[in-house]
Amino acid sequence: MPSKFLSDSAPDAAPAPQVDVTEPPLAEPGETKVSTSSTAGSTKIHAALTRSSTGHADLRELESGLDSLQSDAVRKARIDWSRVLLPVAALVVLVLIWQFYVSLGFKRRDQVPGPLDVLGQFGTLWADGSLQEAVWTSLQRGLMGFLISVVIATPIGLLLAQVAPLRRAFGPLISGLQVLPSVAWVPAAIIWFGLTDATVYFVVFMGAIPSIINGLISGVDQIPPQYRRVGTVLGASRLEMAIQIILPAALPGYLGGLKQGWAFSWRSLMAAEIIAVGGTIGFGLGSMLNQGRDLADMTIVMSAILLILAVGILIELLVFGPVEKRLLQRRGLLAGSTR
Amino acid sequence: MPVVLENLGKRFGDGAPVLDDVNATIGKGEFVALLGASGCGKSTLLNIMAGLEVPTSGALEVPSDGAAFMFQDSALFPWLTARENVELALKLRGVGKAERRAKAGELLDLVHLAEAADKRPHELSGGMRQRVALARSLAQDRQLLLMDEPFAALDAITRDLLHDELERIWKETGRTIVFVTHNVREAVRLGQRVLLLSSRPGRVVEEWNVTEEHRTDAGLAGQLTGVITARLREEIRRHAK
Repeated sequence: MPSKFLSDSAPDAAPAPQVDVTEPPLAEPGETKVSTSSTAGSTKIHAALTRSSTGHADLRELESGLDSLQSDAVRKARIDWSRVLLPVAALVVLVLIWQFYVSLGFKRRDQVPGPLDVLGQFGTLWADGSLQEAVWTSLQRGLMGFLISVVIATPIGLLLAQVAPLRRAFGPLISGLQVLPSVAWVPAAIIWFGLTDATVYFVVFMGAIPSIINGLISGVDQIPPQYRRVGTVLGASRLEMAIQIILPAALPGYLGGLKQGWAFSWRSLMAAEIIAVGGTIGFGLGSMLNQGRDLADMTIVMSAILLILAVGILIELLVFGPVEKRLLQRRGLLAGSTR
Repeated sequence: MPVVLENLGKRFGDGAPVLDDVNATIGKGEFVALLGASGCGKSTLLNIMAGLEVPTSGALEVPSDGAAFMFQDSALFPWLTARENVELALKLRGVGKAERRAKAGELLDLVHLAEAADKRPHELSGGMRQRVALARSLAQDRQLLLMDEPFAALDAITRDLLHDELERIWKETGRTIVFVTHNVREAVRLGQRVLLLSSRPGRVVEEWNVTEEHRTDAGLAGQLTGVITARLREEIRRHAK
């Protein structure tokens, strides 16, 4: 604050922006004085020190003008074809490189089959129905296992994130379980449950649950402390705080955990299907992979790998991608990203 | 008297006291500006009144239903629209669903944001966000409204308008407002009473009444601003080595 201001008491000493108005200000109802500085002939408004608007209607108009100046104009999003064309082009390039490598003939054709050989095998597998059966069986199990994991992991994650002694007691164990490859559980599961679907689901749970819990906990850790203070001030109970504030605030981190949880479910499922074959366990993509190895048929192996990859890509493109994009966009978080 | 502070003291751990022997009474419907330099414990005092922190000594009388609070940053929830943010405050207060929607609409209209009700916080300007935050704190429906430098981060044009806006809403709703600021002009512009808090430890050292004449006569208001600034600087100089 300028020091001249300390002693200066002249009417025009106000350091704030002064705005000249050409028309005389309207008096607010029930008010006798308006903001004048009694300089002969002119009316001045001393913003910052005195009332600067001349009544309710004037204030509303000023604010709405300022609002429209300060808000961005709405931009309509159009379909961006580069999103479709670039990945397709990348795929075509990779297949061409593959074909080119095969045509050089460094390796025997039955060890490294070309794209056309694999495509032929796809046709054969499709015709006898085993392709559809394998994809359907695996997808069904993967999704089912993942959904049950979400239902189990979410309350545990919230509880661990909110209750400090629980977090301290079980946090390291959960982090450790996430690092432990879930394949390690396959032998134990076979001993306990035999060659049944229970074995497969058990391995999927052990892969997905710790990872979802960890995602949720780290999402909760990243919540700005201000949100909790607002919750307290607004009078939220512990449960209301968890459901109305903590969970939605942690959603981006939680979604990250879900994505990773899905990846772990899918990987664990494949591992379990490759190792545990027979019994009442149906024919999944992992079983197809194992069958390819038994038959020493590289085209079946390649087909199975490509199908496993394709399911992963499709789930990301059709489920997680759009959900995540929408979630982040609504919070104004994606501006300027390469997404 | 909605708020009575008696010999209130606060220290964090073994450190020097942040607040020491604070005495003040704030009447119903009064607009009090709490002024002080940085580190005078203004925000701590406000947090104590809001029940976010506990005083270490002294007594404190606040309305039994607590206080509404408005922060320096709007602290709106980014996953909710403007309307939903206001509705959440009503919901946590136990207001029924149909009534919530109508009431939130009314409050947003009160702060002149009826058209922006379905926008999300990131689509609003800083001033608009603070107005939504004001509507949300009014939705709490507490007699006492505590404001912690709510306009400090806004540009000067917006701030001047929001001063007018806040004064209008205060008159319309009859709330008791305690407004913390380090801006002398803002304190004189808004408060009916300006309390000056000393720094380290914080204590109410002097108070001034601001009359209706100060609202309309810039000369008078400028004079009072000068007097308060001089007293504030005296407080700051005490800490020079």
